Amino acid sequence: MTDERIVSLERLTKSFGSLAVLRGIDLTVDRGQVICIIGPSGSGKTTLLRCINLLEQPDSGRVVVDGAELTDPDADIDKARRTIGMVFQAFNLFRHLSVLDNVTVAQRKVLKRGRTDAIEVARANLAKVGLSDKEDAMPVQLSGGQQQRVAIARALAMDPHLMLFDEPTSALDPELVGDVLAVMRELADEGMTMVVVTHEMQFAREVADEVLFMDAGIVVEQGPADQVIGDPTHERTRTFLARVLNPAQGKPVP
Amino acid sequence: MVSPVRMSRRRRGQVIRGVQYAVLVAVAVTLALLADWQEIARAFFNLPVAAAQFPSIITTALVNTAVYSVLGFCFGLVLAVPLALMKLSSVPPYRWIATVYVEFFRGVPALLVFVTFGFGVPLAFQLRFDIYSTVMLSLGLVGAAYMAETIRAGIQAVDTGQVEAARSLGMSHGRTMVTIVIPQAFRIVLPPLTNELILLTKDSSLIYLLGLATSQYELAKFARDVLNTTASMTPLLLAGLCYLIITVPLSHLSRYLERRTGGRTVGTPESTGIEVEA
Ligand SMILES: Nc1ncnc2c1ncn2[C@@H]1O[C@H](COP(=O)(O)OP(=O)(O)OP(=O)(O)O)[C@@H](O)[C@H]1O
Ligand SMILES: [Mg+2]
Repeated sequence: MTDERIVSLERLTKSFGSLAVLRGIDLTVDRGQVICIIGPSGSGKTTLLRCINLLEQPDSGRVVVDGAELTDPDADIDKARRTIGMVFQAFNLFRHLSVLDNVTVAQRKVLKRGRTDAIEVARANLAKVGLSDKEDAMPVQLSGGQQQRVAIARALAMDPHLMLFDEPTSALDPELVGDVLAVMRELADEGMTMVVVTHEMQFAREVADEVLFMDAGIVVEQGPADQVIGDPTHERTRTFLARVLNPAQGKPVP
Repeated sequence: MVSPVRMSRRRRGQVIRGVQYAVLVAVAVTLALLADWQEIARAFFNLPVAAAQFPSIITTALVNTAVYSVLGFCFGLVLAVPLALMKLSSVPPYRWIATVYVEFFRGVPALLVFVTFGFGVPLAFQLRFDIYSTVMLSLGLVGAAYMAETIRAGIQAVDTGQVEAARSLGMSHGRTMVTIVIPQAFRIVLPPLTNELILLTKDSSLIYLLGLATSQYELAKFARDVLNTTASMTPLLLAGLCYLIITVPLSHLSRYLERRTGGRTVGTPESTGIEVEA
């Protein structure tokens, strides 16, 4: 049982000042699962995702990843984070390092891999995201889509057990979204465990095993993608999906 | 009655500019006529006096000024980095110590610091510093206060996303600082640090207060010494030009570096929330 389960969040709460952003979240993720989190702006999706690798410290509740309780004050967070890859909306490539160095730096400094090994792993992952020819480029020389794919390669080079994505395509020009989603789709097909905050409903529908709809700090609805996106039971989910799927119209779709 | 002169905007602009040039020329001509050129030439452009200063004004004075400034700058930089990190510490006493240091050395005249290490400390503690140590300490301690503030602002100007990316890869706080934040902060602070070197170069002239052997003379002391013996201001002018030989290229370098970093300047201290765990 515990072997199957990679993430479990219990009664998670988080406030910023007087603003309760997470109000008791329970979530479990099994190995190999792809979970998409959708919900309106400000509903706490990013905060929830950041609680999984403790970039955000929850106020109460438990976070257990890979059998280790990260909310335990004695937990070795740095060690746990090595195997939890994270991809940010703003890419956050190290801007003073070349593409290759971006992908090798943590392997070398954190995993203590040798230079040649690190480069070999980096090249394999850059090839995987289709950017073998860019290894000497600096981040500013790349398009947003390319930067995001490097960021994915950087996370993959650590051999993560779990990948967290926070709206990885929201900052991209529409024509660049496809490349990034293609990489993520391939990852999902290979069996990577993924938690993805996204507004890409098509992607969620095709790739996610489960979709979570969050609003105002709670999980309103959770279930198979086709059900939550295709046939939501809650009124709030319907209203949200109507706005996202049909932004021009602004009224619920059947 | 003269009918009102109606000028186009462009014509008016030309006239105004013409008047400005006329005033400038008038003032220049007046000064040129009033000035006693022979006297000025004798005082400032005394060629025999000027010629006599070479090569030692370059080989001794200019070189010493550069050496003193660089020594002070390097020592200051070495002090400034830990001070900057202390200012960002999450442990309040570290912040207090760094703040007191910075406020103190920015608040007192550099002259007092020079007197302290040139005369005060040697007298009080029977210590004898050589001149290089005195200069390194005095310039370094003062420079560190300014550089610490610059470096602190530079560290805070590094995007928090960079820190989060590093931490999410399992880097510790210290490792993140060393590998990600400080190298980026360094690029950001290079232009202001270059300006700091310019200021220290000029401050190095305060050494002239201290007792120096001739071989230790820097530009200001050198020029003053010659002034005493020749009663000519030519050496002062020469020394001034020598300072410019150092400072003008540095200020161009600073501007070049600033352009190269894409105008990413040091932000306001409160702009981001990076804290160093001590
Ligand atoms: N560090 C912080 N300090 C204060 N308030 C914060 C902080 N981070 C997030 N918030 C607030 O918490 C709420 C939830 O933020 P969160 O980023 O989790 O929402 P989200 O669902 O990811 O929204 P979006 O779709 O816009 O990304 C927002 O109102 C936000 O302003
Ligand atoms: Mg968000």
